[in-house]
Parts: sequence; structure tokens; C-alpha cells
Amino acid sequence: MLCEERHATLKVIPINSRGELLMDSYREMLNEKVKLVSVNYVSNSFGTINPIQEIIESAHKFGIPVLIDAAQAVQHLAVDVSEMDADFMAFSGHKMYGPTGIGVLYGKEKWLNAMPPFQAGGEMIKTVGFDKTFYNDLPFKFEAGTPNIEASICLGVAIDYLNSIGLDRIRDYEEDLLQYGIDRLSTIDELQFVGTAEHKSSVISFNIDGSHPYDVGVILDQLGIAVRTGHHCTQPLMDLFGIPGTVRASLAFYNTREEIDTLFHGIQKAVQMLK
Amino acid sequence: MTINEIQDELIEEFSLFTDWMEKYENIIQMGKDLPMIDDKFRKEENLIRGCQAKVWLHGDFKGGKVYFTADSDAIITKGLVSMVVKVLSGHSPEEIMQSELYFVDKLGLREHLSMTRSNGLLSMIKQMKIYAMAFVS
Repeated sequence: MLCEERHATLKVIPINSRGELLMDSYREMLNEKVKLVSVNYVSNSFGTINPIQEIIESAHKFGIPVLIDAAQAVQHLAVDVSEMDADFMAFSGHKMYGPTGIGVLYGKEKWLNAMPPFQAGGEMIKTVGFDKTFYNDLPFKFEAGTPNIEASICLGVAIDYLNSIGLDRIRDYEEDLLQYGIDRLSTIDELQFVGTAEHKSSVISFNIDGSHPYDVGVILDQLGIAVRTGHHCTQPLMDLFGIPGTVRASLAFYNTREEIDTLFHGIQKAVQMLK
Repeated sequence: MTINEIQDELIEEFSLFTDWMEKYENIIQMGKDLPMIDDKFRKEENLIRGCQAKVWLHGDFKGGKVYFTADSDAIITKGLVSMVVKVLSGHSPEEIMQSELYFVDKLGLREHLSMTRSNGLLSMIKQMKIYAMAFVS
């Protein structure tokens, strides 16, 4: 969208067959002309955890601000925005067990002060005149109109809930579950994992030999197993792998080993029905 | 047979199945039996929008009747498509345009009609009616 509005050029960091960013290629892409580096912390399609610290440090050498999409990270990992020195970070409420229709955009004060408001409305102005209007200070400058009060309160509760369990504990538990899932599913001959990065969050993306991911999804759905199928809004990635999409099981801290066993049997059933 | 007679026949056929697995096995079999679309129609313009799986549809107008051929890269989608083709193919444009496809609901496959489901059965039925409309004018 920025490219259309500002005539910017979008350059994409290439990845390897495991679904990991090629960091050497990334560093070669950086120069004074680059205005912004935008990267996801965790890939929604494959679960790859990208080396955020390295990405930010390399970009900062050229004074380039970095925007981190942490929508798939904040519910799985302990994220410290000041430690990683991100310039911007965004994530959504509903992906961290919170309500829909709300999300968070963090920005460093120096950038937010330099940026004009994107929307006009109540609370965002200091004084109004026909000649000149003065904008309010942060954060009001970016909070035009009546805020989404209910969702803000609910998101706060969701974050408190996650913190009360502890994101480090969640990470340990999910890592164990992921490893169990990979071990279990790798015994199915017809199954291929898509995205096998060394650092991965608890997402298992896969395909079954000769079957469309949609077909596998329909059968798992009939068995009461909720998976996502399709291209996960990342068609260029799917084209790169030459597949129409994947079946994706996303594991959370409320999932259990027994549920992975259920998934295992479900996939076996799908293999048998679709061959 | 009229469109409704074919629908009723499908409903009767499916009433024999006692569980979802038999039902879907039958749908998969129907997908395998669907005559392939001619390669020359397997092109971008014949793709139905709104499908997660690829669905190609082509309509021919012969002797006052519309004949459909279709294909899909997903076998369950292909089975669903084959049922719609079976019901609507070989009828006059007017009959197709006025038809009401109640069999999908009756077979307990309603979930495949919803807009959030991305197999686009609804878009497909709409496209078939658009074909029929085009052949009338």
C-alpha cells in the first residue's frame, strides 16, 4: 500500500528451503536509500522465529528504523521491546487470547513526535482554528475520537493473564509440545513438513502427498480437529515452494499431547480416505 | 429429469449413508468420476473466484440447453462441484436461472455454502447462473 501511495520500492528478503531468512542477502540489501525495514518476528505460515536482534542491529548501522510485526510472537515468547531496540512494533489483541478489533502499535517517542496524525477527531487537537490547528501531545495525537474502551480493558486482562502464567513457562511447554508433534507426525510417510527452521514457534505446517490441503482440512474438521488450510495470505511463499498452500496446526499452551495424538490419527484417516 | 428430480435422487442416495465418513467417501468418489474439463478451458478466465482450491468451469450451449464441465485440484471440492454439475447441466437457461439448490443443505453440506468457507460453492452456482443468463441474451 505504501508503494502505491509513496512510489516506494518493496524489496523482499529471500529465504531458504527451510523457511529461514538469508541474513547475508539481507545485509547486502541495506544502504542509505532504505527508508524502513519491516519484518515479522514469527512467520505465520511456518512458525520460523526470525533473528530480530541481528536484523535490528544491522539496520540501525544505516540509521534505518525497523518495524516488527509481533502478531505471532507476543503470545508465545517473552518480548522486550526496549531490549531489542525496535523502532515500531505491532500486534493484535485476538491473537493473544484478547478481544477482536484491537491491536497495539508501539513506536519510539522520537518517531511518533515526528509523525503527523493519521486520523482527525476528538481529543487529538489542542486548539482549533481556521488558519491553523495545533495537535495534542502523545499519545492523544494518534487517538482520534472515542476510544475502544471495552476492548482496551479486555486486552489488559488478557495480557495480565498471560503474564500470570508466565511467557517463559508457556514457551517451554509449547516447545515440548512442538517437539512431540514433530516426532509423532514425522512417522507418517505421506506427510511433508513445510518450514523446518531451526528456531521455530509452535506451528506445524504440512502437506499430504498428492492431496490438496483443503481436502485434508475438511476431513480433520469432520473429526473435530481445528486446523487452518490455505495459503495463509502468503501466496508468494507458497509459489516459492510450488504448493497451493499448507495445512497448519497451531499449538497453544492449552493444547495437550493427547490432542496431538488425536491429530496424528486424524491425519492417518485423511491419508487413507484421500488416496 | 428436472433439476428438482435430480436433487431428490441425490438426497435419496445420500440417505443410505450412516456416518460422515461414508458420505465424504462418496463425495470423493464422485470427484474421481467427474469428466475432466477440456484442457483448453483450464485457463485463468475459467477459474471461479473465492475458492481456496482451484475450480475451473466451462459452459456450452447446445440445442437450447446448457452443458457444464468443471474440474478442481482438490478432490472433495471436485466431488461437490460434480454434484452441482450433475444437477444443473443439460437444462434450459431459464430452468437453471430459476433453480433453487436445496440439496446441499439437505445433504448436511451447508457448511460448504457459507461465505467464510473458502471452497466457493456459492460463487460456482452464481457463475453457472451467469452462464445461463448469457446464453439467453
